[in-house]
Amino acid sequence: MPEIKVTPLGAGQDVGRSCILVSIGGKNIMLDCGMHMGYNDDRRFPDFSYIVQNSRLTDFLDCVIISHFHLDHCGALPYMSEMVGYDGPIYMTHPTKAICPILLEDFRKITVDKKGETNFFTSQMIKDCMKKVIPLNLHQTVQVDDELEIKAYYAGHVLGAAMVHIKVGSESVVYTGDYNMTPDRHLGAAWIDKCRPDILISESTYATTIRDSKRCRERDFLKKVHESIERGGKVLIPVFALGRAQELCILLETFWERMNLKAPIYFSTGLTEKANHYYKLFITWTNQKIRKTFVQRNMFEFKHIKAFDRSYADNPGPMVVFATPGMLHAGQSLQIFKKWAGNEKNMVIMPGYCVQGTIGHKILNGQRKLEMEGRTTLDVKLQVEYMSFSAHADAKGIMQLIRMAEPRNMLLVHGEAVKMEFLKGKIEQEFSIDCYMPANGETTTITTNPSVPVDMSLSLLKREMALGGPLPDPKKPRTMHGTLIMKENSLKLVSSEQALKELGLNEYQLRFTCRVQLQDPHSDVDTLHRIYTHLKNVLKGYTIQHLPDSTVMVESIVIKVTSSAEDSSTKVLLLSWSYQDEDLGSYLSSLLKKGLPSGLC
Amino acid sequence: MAAHLKKRVYEEFSKVVQIPHEEAPAKKLRLSKPSKSAALHVDLCKATNSTEALQYLLQFARKPVEAESVEGVIRILLEHYYKETDSSVRLKIASLLGLLSKTNGFSPDCIVDDAINTLSNEKSHQVLAQLLDTLLVIGAQLPESPAVRLRLVDVAYKHLSDTYFGVRNKCLQLLGCLGLVDTPLSKDGEGPGSSQGGARDVQSIISNYFADQDPRVRTAALKAMLQLHERGMKIHQIIYEQACRLLSDDYEQVRSAAVQMVWVLSQLYPESIVPIPSSNEEIRLVDDAFGKISHMVSDGSWMVRVQAAKTLGSMLQVSPHFLEQTLDKKLMSDLRRKRTAHERAKELFASGEFSSGRKWADDAPKEKLDTNTVNLIASGACGAFVHGLEDEMFEVRIAAVEALCQLARSSPSFAEKCLDFLVDMFNDEIEEVRLQSIHVLREISTHITLREDQLDTVLAVLEDSSRDIREALHELLCYTNVSTKECIQLALLELLKNLNKYPTDRNSVWKCLKFLGSRHPTLVLPLVPELLSTHPYFDTPEPDMDDPAYIAVLVLVFNAAKSCPTMPALFSDHTFRHYAYLRDSLSHLVPPLRLPGRKQVYSLDSVDSSSGSGSVESAQLFLQQSLDRVSTIQNLETPGAQDLLNFTIRDLRRLGELQTELAGAADFCATYLRCQLLLMKALQEKLWNMAVPLCLKQNVTATAAAQQILEETYKLEFLYSGLESRQVATIHHVRLQAKALQLILTARTRQRLDLLSSSCEKFLQEVESFRRLFPSELPHFQDSFVEKLLDVMPRLLSCKPAELVKILQTTLRQSGLLQLRLPQQIHRATATIIEPTGESDNPLRFTSGLVVALDIDATLEHVQDPQSTIKVQILYPDGQSHVIHPKPGDFRKPGPNRHRLITQVYLSHTAWTEPSHVEVRLLLAYSSSSPPSKLGWSDSIDGLPPTEPAVEGTIPFSKPVKVLIMPKPARR
Repeated sequence: MPEIKVTPLGAGQDVGRSCILVSIGGKNIMLDCGMHMGYNDDRRFPDFSYIVQNSRLTDFLDCVIISHFHLDHCGALPYMSEMVGYDGPIYMTHPTKAICPILLEDFRKITVDKKGETNFFTSQMIKDCMKKVIPLNLHQTVQVDDELEIKAYYAGHVLGAAMVHIKVGSESVVYTGDYNMTPDRHLGAAWIDKCRPDILISESTYATTIRDSKRCRERDFLKKVHESIERGGKVLIPVFALGRAQELCILLETFWERMNLKAPIYFSTGLTEKANHYYKLFITWTNQKIRKTFVQRNMFEFKHIKAFDRSYADNPGPMVVFATPGMLHAGQSLQIFKKWAGNEKNMVIMPGYCVQGTIGHKILNGQRKLEMEGRTTLDVKLQVEYMSFSAHADAKGIMQLIRMAEPRNMLLVHGEAVKMEFLKGKIEQEFSIDCYMPANGETTTITTNPSVPVDMSLSLLKREMALGGPLPDPKKPRTMHGTLIMKENSLKLVSSEQALKELGLNEYQLRFTCRVQLQDPHSDVDTLHRIYTHLKNVLKGYTIQHLPDSTVMVESIVIKVTSSAEDSSTKVLLLSWSYQDEDLGSYLSSLLKKGLPSGLC
Repeated sequence: MAAHLKKRVYEEFSKVVQIPHEEAPAKKLRLSKPSKSAALHVDLCKATNSTEALQYLLQFARKPVEAESVEGVIRILLEHYYKETDSSVRLKIASLLGLLSKTNGFSPDCIVDDAINTLSNEKSHQVLAQLLDTLLVIGAQLPESPAVRLRLVDVAYKHLSDTYFGVRNKCLQLLGCLGLVDTPLSKDGEGPGSSQGGARDVQSIISNYFADQDPRVRTAALKAMLQLHERGMKIHQIIYEQACRLLSDDYEQVRSAAVQMVWVLSQLYPESIVPIPSSNEEIRLVDDAFGKISHMVSDGSWMVRVQAAKTLGSMLQVSPHFLEQTLDKKLMSDLRRKRTAHERAKELFASGEFSSGRKWADDAPKEKLDTNTVNLIASGACGAFVHGLEDEMFEVRIAAVEALCQLARSSPSFAEKCLDFLVDMFNDEIEEVRLQSIHVLREISTHITLREDQLDTVLAVLEDSSRDIREALHELLCYTNVSTKECIQLALLELLKNLNKYPTDRNSVWKCLKFLGSRHPTLVLPLVPELLSTHPYFDTPEPDMDDPAYIAVLVLVFNAAKSCPTMPALFSDHTFRHYAYLRDSLSHLVPPLRLPGRKQVYSLDSVDSSSGSGSVESAQLFLQQSLDRVSTIQNLETPGAQDLLNFTIRDLRRLGELQTELAGAADFCATYLRCQLLLMKALQEKLWNMAVPLCLKQNVTATAAAQQILEETYKLEFLYSGLESRQVATIHHVRLQAKALQLILTARTRQRLDLLSSSCEKFLQEVESFRRLFPSELPHFQDSFVEKLLDVMPRLLSCKPAELVKILQTTLRQSGLLQLRLPQQIHRATATIIEPTGESDNPLRFTSGLVVALDIDATLEHVQDPQSTIKVQILYPDGQSHVIHPKPGDFRKPGPNRHRLITQVYLSHTAWTEPSHVEVRLLLAYSSSSPPSKLGWSDSIDGLPPTEPAVEGTIPFSKPVKVLIMPKPARR
């Protein structure tokens, strides 16, 4: 039986470092190549030595597919392609290809220039790596080689995020990457057609969450910001540079526009400007509203949102500042936070997840006194709000996607084990399909039952159609006679005559003959007639002929009667049938062996 | 070629027209076949190959064919059809047959046989499908002939098993359109079994194709079934299960049709019980269908989602607890069991199995719960609207909002629940959706009382920069109920803020406060001292009377005081003064109050208000009596008649001012009587007895009177809505009289005969057209001017102009006053320009030669079709005028019979030295069936400058507003 093997190198029962190996139909594919943000040592990258010990990766992998530009999905790419060595194709969507190198370069700068790490990939490596990238369009089927084809679907989440459908022959796998089933202010919802893959590999970050209505959250958010601004307070929103930041920007921008507000909104970091540029360009990847209105005005050309300067933080009066990073663990957002923390009029809104140990996590858990470096403490007086704007599918969204794609098996990655366990139970109960959740390095094997397509000759098809009813019923299998020819990796079903012709063979007919002895006192002719009437009574619906040359034909079966030489009342019946009529022939012989009923005339 | 063909066809027509005179048309047409459709025949014969033939046919199809020659053409086409070997030509012929049988006046029953015959030996599937389509057309043309239908249905049955999807499609369509419906009728006549069986057959046969392998055929089968339903056949309940299965089809069009099908069945059998699969319980069918359709709101295709969301709105019979599920996303359990299960599930969720994502770290894993009771998606109704309202496509969101509205209107408890969601939609990214949700909330606001927090979110939208949104919200606030006095205070505060931010909203805000006050008098009462900032010991400074915010507060307080007699005691002295001022200046916003010590001053008003509807009746009576009194005037020359008319007109005008309900009717009558009065005066002038040359001066007044009557009649006809044809006829009659007067006057002043005779002719034409227009009204015009004229019509037609004028003159003077019957419902179209106010002293400066945009905001009432009739006129000081047609999009419809025009007009002029006023007014354009002849007009008013600069065919109907503008010379 053919098998599909899935081995997570990262993201198995874990969030971060997404990297999943899939073997399907003899092809090996790597899905995502991310890094772990929580580590600074070797654990940061997936263990590529798992794949091959000494030889190059190119020999083993047929292609690498990157779902979107977040570093936990693409951070290890230059390391793998340039330092470990991989020359095969890398697939990603156009926006991902555009934004990915910016993030990689930024990441490299922080690790190498700021932290002073050596043995890290260089700018040149990033460039070389990007040269190997082949861009994908949505819904475009790309042939990686003769057998392997991939197709990208819209996934929401961030600009350019895609789900991929990987297909070899009739076996297929769908990898979702990160996706979002509810549309937001700048992106639409993920969508996939009913492709019925063998495995659906889905993220499960929010496996146990069913989020409130999105509008409710937005309204809360806007209300909080608005109230704070009206009080004259300052609002700090720590964000990651890309993704949520743009959504929140649009949200605030439109709100400011609608409500005619004047308080300034600032956005820190230069990285964003570059990325915003791409957001403006890839309008087709955004949601309906932005797509429809960009002719009048591109929503990403912000009117109210200006670039932030360090000195603005001390300006009097209300303001809203978006600052990186999102967890308040370092950088600008932390600096601003320190400045503003003392005033209870101010507010900090955490729009996303915070890792344990960061200041963000501490203040969210209600800590009001923070110990800073240098033994100073910081009194947190400002209001702390949490608002989940994470663009991952929630439990209901995951279920919805399963319903859309109708997979035969389910595999969960990119989530915490306990939460996965819960969702796994739900999925198995709800859809009665198998659900797996392998840990890193653990291989899940799924046997598939692929249907083998066979070419059928038209003449044969027509002939068979003519035999049966006029319409083929798709629900019922039908048997047909034909010859299967396997030739050079292709299968063909043709009529036997054609097969003989093609193979240059003579046709032989196989006939079975059998003698049945029968006690019957009548003359040969009478006996034959009796047989004829007997069969006529028994076999209704068959053509039975009494031919003049003293034979009885049942379909193509010939029955002859001869008296045996010794005893004239012992008749010897000669039955002869061809191989095709085996069923009927053997039935007849057993029927006649029982003798004729006495009541016949 | 085309010309040639056309010519030939026309030749034919001339022949064809003659033939039907002789005998039975069908047979004759057949005989004439070779000759008449020869053109086509020749062309087709000439065609050497199929491409050419196709070309001829295509050209032929471009021209219409007359009903008489259709059959001949069809014969030729059929003849050629049998000979043709190329299937594309046959296809074209088949489609032509269909087209031709649609021709008006042609009955296609004679070609049914032929069309069916062609089917039998057709090999090409495409042609077959086309032929069936033709049959469908023929069948649709012959709804009265059951025999043909039966045959066509038979044909459809026969071809249903075709292998080509198109043929099956068409067959199903045929069955849907023509399948037998009338089972209940024929039941009595023949055995019920047979007819029932026949109908049953159609349905079961169609439903067999629900499982067809081709999605297009599945769709067609569903559509055919829906068609049967539309034609009145009762769809059997068995279909329900099959339709439900199709809801999970792979193809969107099938799913979409299936949603419709399920909906139809849920409406047909709402109360029947269906089992729930995988359990032994049962629920009502409508609930089951509701759940299934709700499920489709999260379908993959947005078309299906729109369809599903729309459909949900019309399923009003659904049980309340199912309905409420649609708003609950978290409630995932299988609610179909029992009430207790429902509650148990709710507790489960309350205990936090799933986190809401609103609080930090509330999704930390807890002990495992019994997962059997929790079902993530099985019951589809869960959160259907939550999904619909969050959808990516705004079409779906709008559909969901509308559905919510429909459901909420029929269920108060649901209305209460959906409030939060609607309020959330106020924050949608697309304005259309926001607006729609505000409107919806207004519609259901009778069911709900807003809580403080809800009001807070609603009011937040008041700061929206879109005027439409704000106004819709004001409208909403007019109708909402609030629960506490804090709410009132909050609303007032926000409205004042709004007023401050957008001063143009003044009127709308005031109006809103008026309703808010009159709805919640008891809630306003405790707020009064604070609102008016009175103090028990100290006198507070008197607020500025011109402050719109202060006026707003007063409007709120006064309206509340109307039904709260204790309130005026809290007023300070200046409040009373301000009341008097506002009652005069903003009488539509400030109600009459019964104030202590001031009763006598306002007695009239308070009587008015207290008597309520009784006063309307008495006013009506008064109106009728006045009209009756006038009708006693038999002859125009009776002494005192003029006085009576004068008084009556004055009375009616006043009545209109006092009783707004009757303003239209009173005005209408007064204007009519004024016309009569003018006519009477004109006829009583002494000039009639004087010699022509002496009476030029008198002549002028009479001419002016005639002119004025004409104008008034146009106003009467077009400015009032709700006129019956009797009144219109009366108005036309007056107009005719005025025209007669004009004619007489012309005849007296001018001696040019040719001119006179042409205007006489015109006049006679108008009399004639009067007769044509109002044939049914003529009996009411006994003894009137027009009747007398019509009596002597033959004589008038033959006599000379001079004689005609003489007859007219006597008839006109003898004719009595025609009584006006009071119309039932009559409203005068009115327009008020709100913006510009005309109060500004700051001139609008702009560089001459360039344009400046002037914002115009006006309300129109009782105007029909304002998009085409309303125009804006700009009148410059030099007499130059300029009419602008506003865009249709500038009109909004805030209420019934009410329109709002918000537009910009562009002004431009050459340089002035001083700022000067331009006048802006609205015009009502009309197109009369007999427009005033320009020649006659300019002749009659020769030498007289027009008293009012009227624009041709328009009625000025708003007070002109003056705007100071200052075009400056361009600086170099």
